[in-house]
Amino acid sequence: MSGPGIPWYLAISAMLFSIGVAGVLLRRSPLIVLLSLEIMLNASNLAFVGFSRLFGEMDGQVFALAVMAVAAAEVCVGLGLIVAMARRNLALDVDSFTELRG
Amino acid sequence: MENFLVWVIWLVAAGACLVTGLRVVTASNPFSSALSLIGNLASLAVLYLLASGEFVAAAQVLVYAGAVMVMFLFVIAYLGGRADAPWAGGTRTIQIASVVTAAALLAVTLVALMLDAGGRLSDEADVDRAFGSPAEMGRYFLTDQLLAFEITSIVLLVAAVGGVVLGMRSEAEALADAEETA
Repeated sequence: MSGPGIPWYLAISAMLFSIGVAGVLLRRSPLIVLLSLEIMLNASNLAFVGFSRLFGEMDGQVFALAVMAVAAAEVCVGLGLIVAMARRNLALDVDSFTELRG
Repeated sequence: MENFLVWVIWLVAAGACLVTGLRVVTASNPFSSALSLIGNLASLAVLYLLASGEFVAAAQVLVYAGAVMVMFLFVIAYLGGRADAPWAGGTRTIQIASVVTAAALLAVTLVALMLDAGGRLSDEADVDRAFGSPAEMGRYFLTDQLLAFEITSIVLLVAAVGGVVLGMRSEAEALADAEETA
C-alpha cells in the first residue's frame, strides 16, 4: 500500500473522536451536540475502514455503512426532537432540560 | 513519486478533516458549524478512498454530505435565530473538566496506538483492485451480510416512524391554536 500506513488513519480517527467528545461535553445547543455526535460516528467509521484495509476483509466497510444508516436514523429522530422543543417554545439549551414530561 | 503524491493528498485531507472538525465544535454560528461538518465529511471521504473504501466514500458524499446535512441545514434555517445558543455551558470547572476528559481520551488512544504501531498494525493484507468496489460490496451485502442489510432497513423504518410521531401535533397544541383563532 502506497502512502501512509494504517496507524496514521487510526491516529486521525482518535483525534476526531476526541474533538467530538469535547463538543458534546462543552456545547449547550442541542444542534451542535448532534453535529459533534456525527463527528464521533465518523471517527469510528474511519477506524472501521482502516482496520478493514489492514485485515483485507470487507466486514469493516459493511459495518461503516451500517453506522451511516444508524447516523441517518439518529439525525431523523434528533432533529424531530429539536423541532418539537422549538414548537413548544422551550429554550434550545441542553442544560435546561431537567425533567421528562409529556 | 506516486507514493509522495499519495502522502501529500493524505496529509491535506487529514489536515482539512481536523481543522473543519475543530471548527464544528468552536463556531458560535450553527450554520458555519454545519457547513464545516460538510467539509469534514468530504475530506473523510478522501481518506476512505485512499484506504480502498471506494463504495463507502461514494456513500459518504451522497448520503452524509448530501442528504443528512441538507436536513440539518433545513432545521437550522427553520429555527432561525433561536438556534444560536450560548457558546458553552456549565461552570468553569465543568468546562475545564470536559476538555481534560477529551484530551485524556486522546492520550490513552494514541499511547495504545504507539505501543502496537511497530507490530501487527503495520503489516497490511494484500488486496486486489476489486476490494471495496461497488460490485464487490453489493455482492457481499446480498450474500454474506444479508441479515445486517435487512436489519438496517428495519432501523431506518423505525426511525422514520419515530420522526412522524415526533412531528405530530399534540392535543394541547391543537387546543391552543383553536383558542387563538376563536
